Amino acid sequence: MLRTPGGYWDPVIWLLAFVVAILIVYIIRAFGRSDYKGGEQTKPFLSGMEVPNEDALHVKAGNIYWGFMRALEGYYDVLRRGHTGIINDYVAWFVGISAILFVVFLILGVI
Amino acid sequence: MSYVLLHAPALLIAIPLFAAFLTPIIDRFSKRARNIFVLAVLIIEEILMIIFAWDVFTNGIHIYTMGAPNPTSTVPLQSAVPVRIVLEVDGMSAFMGLISTTVSLAAGFYSIAFVRKETGQGRYYTLLLLMLVGMLGMEFTGDMFNLFVFFEILSIASAALVAYRSYYGDAVEGAFKYLIISSIAGPMVLFAVALLYGEYGVLNIAALAKAMNSTTLDMIALVLLISAFAMKCGAVPMHFWVPDSYTVAPASITAMLVVASQASLYALFRICFTLYGNTPYVATSGAILILFGLLSMFIGVTMAIPQKDIKRLMSYHAISQTGYMLLGVGAGLCLLGNPDFSTYGMAAMEGGIFHIFNHALYKGLLFLTAGAIFYKTKTRNLNEIRGLAHSMKFTTIFFLIGAFSIAGLPPFNGFASKLLIYESVYHVNPILSIIAMLVSILTLASFMKVFHSAFMGPAMKDVEKGEVPKSMLFGMIVLTAGIILFSVAPGWVVNHIVHPAAQSLANQSAYIQAVMGD
Repeated sequence: MLRTPGGYWDPVIWLLAFVVAILIVYIIRAFGRSDYKGGEQTKPFLSGMEVPNEDALHVKAGNIYWGFMRALEGYYDVLRRGHTGIINDYVAWFVGISAILFVVFLILGVI
Repeated sequence: MSYVLLHAPALLIAIPLFAAFLTPIIDRFSKRARNIFVLAVLIIEEILMIIFAWDVFTNGIHIYTMGAPNPTSTVPLQSAVPVRIVLEVDGMSAFMGLISTTVSLAAGFYSIAFVRKETGQGRYYTLLLLMLVGMLGMEFTGDMFNLFVFFEILSIASAALVAYRSYYGDAVEGAFKYLIISSIAGPMVLFAVALLYGEYGVLNIAALAKAMNSTTLDMIALVLLISAFAMKCGAVPMHFWVPDSYTVAPASITAMLVVASQASLYALFRICFTLYGNTPYVATSGAILILFGLLSMFIGVTMAIPQKDIKRLMSYHAISQTGYMLLGVGAGLCLLGNPDFSTYGMAAMEGGIFHIFNHALYKGLLFLTAGAIFYKTKTRNLNEIRGLAHSMKFTTIFFLIGAFSIAGLPPFNGFASKLLIYESVYHVNPILSIIAMLVSILTLASFMKVFHSAFMGPAMKDVEKGEVPKSMLFGMIVLTAGIILFSVAPGWVVNHIVHPAAQSLANQSAYIQAVMGD
């Protein structure tokens, strides 16, 4: 058991609770029809259009979280501008941060 | 056993150092013998480190003076200060040593199959062992000049290994960037060491800490040391080299690079807590670490989300996770000397330090799974990969364990260390906890993207079915076993391994007393 400033964390209790939850899910599933094998109702429905083949259905990494990045376009533009890939810029950041740290310590160093 | 323990600090560095130079000789006679030799060295290192670390956690600091008739005697009779090379291993050093040897062992096993088809394997294993020498040296050294020396050994070996597959243009570019960054950081560290030596006439960390007068020169040295080590541990906004280098290195070396960055993180903490722990700069240093931590966590994870290269995505997560360590230990540094330190400050430090080990395990594992994916598909582009769970069942399970752990999902070890950080930094400022939790959610989202893209969906037709070779699987098993152990018994790990490390880092006077004797 791990004691934290506000309480404790015991992974064994969590695992026991997880096992109980899995058992409950299994019991609920057991109430289902065992003879049901699927059919028309289990197929994907795309507003009546023909469902593409399996390969085309897989969403590629480039399309995942498209909306998230679109919503934060301004933020990502700033980040992309910073990540130039040019080593001169990397060194410039190091020199700049060192200078800022020096000023910060000069002003706040003895608080 | 007591003889081995007495000489363990020197042996742990000397064994891989000699083995590194024996490796190319054995390589000329037999590749198989070379592999067995390297693995035997790494296993011996791991066993010796476990025994030695346990002794340090139980009995306290170990001192080893090179060349002295009695290795525990640090100050020669004719001198008032320690002048020889002194290794000083306290709980924090031993903790870091355990991380270094464990990940090196996993990387060693993984490499056997992963680089089997490459040329220059003798040099590869020589450099891998030299990386271990550099890491252990940085973690065990008790003087500033040797910190610089081992820092250089580590940087040069790492840069050469990043460029190992030199037929990829981007590998050479990544290594070049790593080398430039290292060759900027190295002289800055050396310049800071020179300032301190010029002022106090000693290089020993304990002697320097005792003599520290908090002059302007000390402040300049502190700024140089913080910025150099923060850049080498990948803190935002000096992190740009991390994705460029981590992405192109062989997967086993990327796992080692994670631990190499953590050696710089250790140096940063050692400087702030031990060397400058009794100066007026403590609170400002803590605030700077927290700021680096916040920026690293948030910018790291948000830059990871749009990535399509699996290793580049994971590299940004490595930056993000380093932020948690900086946040936790920075909060502890801020509270040092405050009445709240014994509760919230120590818990924050324990969280940050526990996260270092957790990160080495799950991030090392995730990079190895990325290497396994590359091994099978010959691409890192997530848009070109899918359905690997059909044929790579073990890799899929290892990936999920690593992903759940890095995202801080219960009951995995990442959750335990993050919980300590969330609860304790809340008392410094609630916003810190909120940002830390938000970053965990984004981390989970990012890894679900990788899982969906790479492992779900229909199987790839042009990829050979089946798992990666057994030695690669074994490398992943070593790290997975560590994750499971730390997940099931976080209380034991914190009480017996993490707490001694945090306590020794916070206890500057004990570190000084062990060398100076008063």
